[in-house]
Amino acid sequence: MRIAMTYTRLRTEERLLLDEFEKLGIEVEAVDLRQQVFDPEDLDFWHGFDIVVDRAVSLTNSLVATRVLESAGIRCVNPLSTLELCSDKLATSVALAGAGVAVPRFRVATTPESGLEAIEQIGYPVVLKPTVGSWGRLVARVNDRDAAEAVLEHRGTLGSPQHSVVYAQEHIDKPGRDLRVFVVGGAPIAAIARYSGHWVTNTARGATTEGIELTHELREIAASAAEVVCGDAVAIDLLECPKRGLLVNEINHSMEFRNSIAVTGVNIPMLVAEHVARVGAGELA
Amino acid sequence: MQTTTETAACPECDSQITFDRSPLNGQVARCGDCGVELEVTNLNPLTLEIAPEVEEDWGE
Repeated sequence: MRIAMTYTRLRTEERLLLDEFEKLGIEVEAVDLRQQVFDPEDLDFWHGFDIVVDRAVSLTNSLVATRVLESAGIRCVNPLSTLELCSDKLATSVALAGAGVAVPRFRVATTPESGLEAIEQIGYPVVLKPTVGSWGRLVARVNDRDAAEAVLEHRGTLGSPQHSVVYAQEHIDKPGRDLRVFVVGGAPIAAIARYSGHWVTNTARGATTEGIELTHELREIAASAAEVVCGDAVAIDLLECPKRGLLVNEINHSMEFRNSIAVTGVNIPMLVAEHVARVGAGELA
Repeated sequence: MQTTTETAACPECDSQITFDRSPLNGQVARCGDCGVELEVTNLNPLTLEIAPEVEEDWGE
């Protein structure tokens, strides 16, 4: 079997995956997407692989490569549909809500005026997020109308059509942490809690992690969420709502796991590599 | 993957960065002396540059 692992920065996660593929005796080639030109009529290089694992840190690169490769019938992990659903918070939210998976209440609007109305329908405090973005970038907790108007004005000044979308989500008064469940091949494999003194509990923003028990409730909601986005390997971020229980906040299609291996005792890259190998071998769809 | 030890100079503080295994293009490393984040930009000769700032479409 031959596997291609695409990337734009080779981080610890990618090194660990390469190691696990090698332990499985699988020939794996790391391909830097920044150096690629895709000719849809000549994809012989790519057809030489049984499966392609996308690990680009750049969403743009992931989408470009996966679109071209899937159009040529090349199996990608994760699939394009997963990328499209997970990379856009609005797409994630409507897909999950439509499937009956619990999510925080949200409103979406496209102008400063309707955005303010959306915010006030949710009520303060409210969380404003770019629909596309990660690592907590430009996420704002807004406590009153003055702050809402200021954020909307700043968004407008940024100028891009994407920033004109106002995605307003109810603020969940979480207990100083959020939860993450790693799901591989439909099976929840590990769970962590992320703690921070800041309301944004993101490891990219300095949160610390702790392994937690994969309870029945966590397994159920995480597996359901992963099924909605058809993810091969995804990380489900959950909030603990005091009133409504677990809510799916976001789903990550290019999950980072370096800080979650030791605290959970689960070899996450090994399980991802084994799943990819089974899909590549045709044992799984 | 080939096992070898390769070194290159940190472009910020000129200390030597050691790779236990053959690095790959785009590999991220951190200088143990000055702490700057680096990226492998060339393999022959092994060259490190200051890693680019996080871009808007980066993430999980």
